[in-house]
Amino acid sequence: MPLLDGAAPELFGYHYRPPDVSPISMSVPAAPSVAPVAPAVGAPRRAVALVSGGLDSMLAAKVILEQGIHVEGINFYTGFCVEGHTHAIRREHQLKPKRNNALWVAEQLGIKLHIVDVIEEYKDVVINPKHGYGSNLNPCLDCKGFMVRKAREWMEAHGFDFIITGEVIGQRPMSQRKDTMPVVARESGAFDRLLRPLCAKLLPETLPEREGWVDREKLLDFNGRNRKPQMALAAQYGFVDYAQPAGGCCFLTNEQYSHKLADLWSARGTKQYEFDDIMLLKVGRHLRPRPHFKLIVGRDEGENNFLNGYRKQYMHLNATNHTGPLVLLDGSANDDDLLLAARLTARFGHGRDAAEVEVSVTDIHGAARVVRVAPMPVTEIPEHWYL
Amino acid sequence: MSHHRLDARGLLCPLPVIRTQNRVVELAPGDTLEIAATDPGALHDIPAWCRVHGHEVVSTARENNEICVVVRVVAT
Repeated sequence: MPLLDGAAPELFGYHYRPPDVSPISMSVPAAPSVAPVAPAVGAPRRAVALVSGGLDSMLAAKVILEQGIHVEGINFYTGFCVEGHTHAIRREHQLKPKRNNALWVAEQLGIKLHIVDVIEEYKDVVINPKHGYGSNLNPCLDCKGFMVRKAREWMEAHGFDFIITGEVIGQRPMSQRKDTMPVVARESGAFDRLLRPLCAKLLPETLPEREGWVDREKLLDFNGRNRKPQMALAAQYGFVDYAQPAGGCCFLTNEQYSHKLADLWSARGTKQYEFDDIMLLKVGRHLRPRPHFKLIVGRDEGENNFLNGYRKQYMHLNATNHTGPLVLLDGSANDDDLLLAARLTARFGHGRDAAEVEVSVTDIHGAARVVRVAPMPVTEIPEHWYL
Repeated sequence: MSHHRLDARGLLCPLPVIRTQNRVVELAPGDTLEIAATDPGALHDIPAWCRVHGHEVVSTARENNEICVVVRVVAT
């Protein structure tokens, strides 16, 4: 295999490097954009479809494709997406076939898909959601507004005519309600260039319908959480093997993940995060035995390998005379804390029943020392240490 | 026509695909891009991205923990 030019980077783990791009303006127009510009003679109108990789956005794009519109997909990567990373990290997932569902959808539909890294811009959505959070740290309404706004910017930059989403009235308690749908259209600056094909008949006419680019009669009136209409439409189109994330596509809707993120903000005393932080929250067992430090305990070989990539950023522990987890220590720890961390490290390894286990404690510079500790009995680990 | 290289090692999917996509738009038809990655998902996702955009996958290879995909840019 040919080698890359230049010095090899650190290859022991996965780390995010921000792309070298200029920030995109996020200004939002106060009113709908000017009258539509006619396409070239014979050219179809063009729509950009938000494609999550789930069924609804796939169906919405298909409904519009069926009307002769040129559709291209757009997918936003926030860092909180469930799919992708866990495949690479956990051993059990490595045995499953890997696929990016958004790309799979695009391939089924025969459309292009543009995947956009919004990790940095998305932080503001998570940290300061204007409309607040859902039942966990999920800022669904702000998130939808953000994504439609990004799609609107893309539409304008690429000369497309309108935006489509797979939203269904009543599907989600926060972002997909009849009263919040106009909020997304307005705050994104998309206004009546935002068309929701799956429930359009229940909403006011949009520009593509008024202009006759799409036939409103061929749009749909799906409503509520019942998935049967979508499944019937999928069968009609011959779609099988589609992903069914059903709200589970974002880690922020997960109670345990949100708890860990809230703990991270609380422990640091500031509501900020970096990409590596939110990655580490997806991996391992997290315990906070003391307010000033927590432990991230690998649960299998894949997670140990992943955590090993962070050994130059965090102190780490591992048993040397038994197999077991690699444990990262996030925070500050004195000698007593390190002994406690070592006992917990021993507890989660194969030496858990031994009288004594040797545990290596290594700082971020690679300086290691070995301590001999008794594994902590499970009965001595308070439930509230687990995040 | 020229040959280019992209280092996506250490990045988790879909970031190798995103970096590939952003690099390809800067290249001319006929140019080739050699992508090095370490996330096994890249071996599937980069060819899938090429298929939906009409670019040609010249080769894929996996050696130990490193993946190499070579893409030829096609005018689309």
